[in-house]
Amino acid sequence: MCSYRIFALVEVITPRTLDEALRLKAERPDARPIAGGTDLLVELNFDRARPETILNLVEVPELKGWARDDGALRLAAGLTYTEAMQGELAELLPALAEASRTVGSPQIRNRGTIGGNLGTASPAGDAHPPLLVENATVEIGSARGIRTLPLTEFFLGPKRNALEDDELVLAVRVEPSGQPQTFMKVGPRNAMVIAVCSLAVGVDRERGELRAAYGSAGPVPALVTAPLDERDGFPDRVADAASPIDDVRGTAAYRRHALQVLTKRALDRVLA
Amino acid sequence: VKIRLTVNGEPREADVWAGESLLAALRDTLELPGSKNACEQGECGSCSVLLDGDLVCACLVLAAQADGHEVTTVEGLRAADGLHRVQQAFVDAGAVQCGFCTPGLVVATAALLERNPSPSEDVIREELSGNLCRCTGYTKIFDAVGLAASRT
Repeated sequence: MCSYRIFALVEVITPRTLDEALRLKAERPDARPIAGGTDLLVELNFDRARPETILNLVEVPELKGWARDDGALRLAAGLTYTEAMQGELAELLPALAEASRTVGSPQIRNRGTIGGNLGTASPAGDAHPPLLVENATVEIGSARGIRTLPLTEFFLGPKRNALEDDELVLAVRVEPSGQPQTFMKVGPRNAMVIAVCSLAVGVDRERGELRAAYGSAGPVPALVTAPLDERDGFPDRVADAASPIDDVRGTAAYRRHALQVLTKRALDRVLA
Repeated sequence: VKIRLTVNGEPREADVWAGESLLAALRDTLELPGSKNACEQGECGSCSVLLDGDLVCACLVLAAQADGHEVTTVEGLRAADGLHRVQQAFVDAGAVQCGFCTPGLVVATAALLERNPSPSEDVIREELSGNLCRCTGYTKIFDAVGLAASRT
């Protein structure tokens, strides 16, 4: 017996350098990039996607790890959640580390990447809120060159981002604020949870600003800011800014309420 | 597509469909059925293997991505003189009911004890949170992890 699986034409191409990866993406703009595979393999395993070409990015050294770059941090697209949870990086970007700890399970965190989180652009992506609060920019590459985009302009809709067909996410750049920040997430259990809603909050005393970013409470993760002295009204402001929907994970009303409560708790934490 | 990888210390070759998971390649082509296939979406951990030493769900790794890499499955944990100490601890603690989750839990526990030889109860719960036991035999499973750690 021959199954559909065996005959579906899929080709995996594995570049060994970034230049090669960008050239291949230009030649095959329909190629689906894969890094940790935690999103794409689910689609493949359940016959939801049959890409003709899969661009395997795990052998590209330029897409691994993180580095300091001119006062900023450059988190390469292939940075895993496990890496973001550990050591110096966890101290520099504590809310991102907290968010990373809530992703999936150890198995998922060992594979899933920050770049993949951006590429998939799920409204529930756990890395998005802490990066928005820290004013991150996205470094996008193609054979035509490199451009950067504020993360606030990167998400266009549910699972839609600003990448052109020939582009790849290369890195996320952040200048760590060193300011108190935290991440919170609502879900039915501690592990393997897609956020019902999530929230990162930071207090930026240098700019005199409260900063919050929510996930899973609108078509895209979004940033909400207010002057430092408007703390009392901030929880309502965050809840009002969201545009949640009813879905399998929760209702719009619950999400809005939860965001209000989470913002209050997060402010207690960061302003303590 | 042809892949060459090291499985349980041995160089192996496999001809696999390019859209296939490492789990399918291990079970169907490389004849290593110890890693179990259940959820196929990384939720249950019954396909847990080590990829270059890192604990991963084999169902979420594209087989072609394992080309040139090193994979350890539950079959590869067995010591030359018998069971791996984690396997022995699972036997001794009675940490097996239907047995379907056991290979994944054994691999995850072995990986945990490699990094952290004497984990606290909280750490054990966190580190095994990606492995589901639908018989809900967790109490004995945690006993087995403690037992394996105590025999280091």
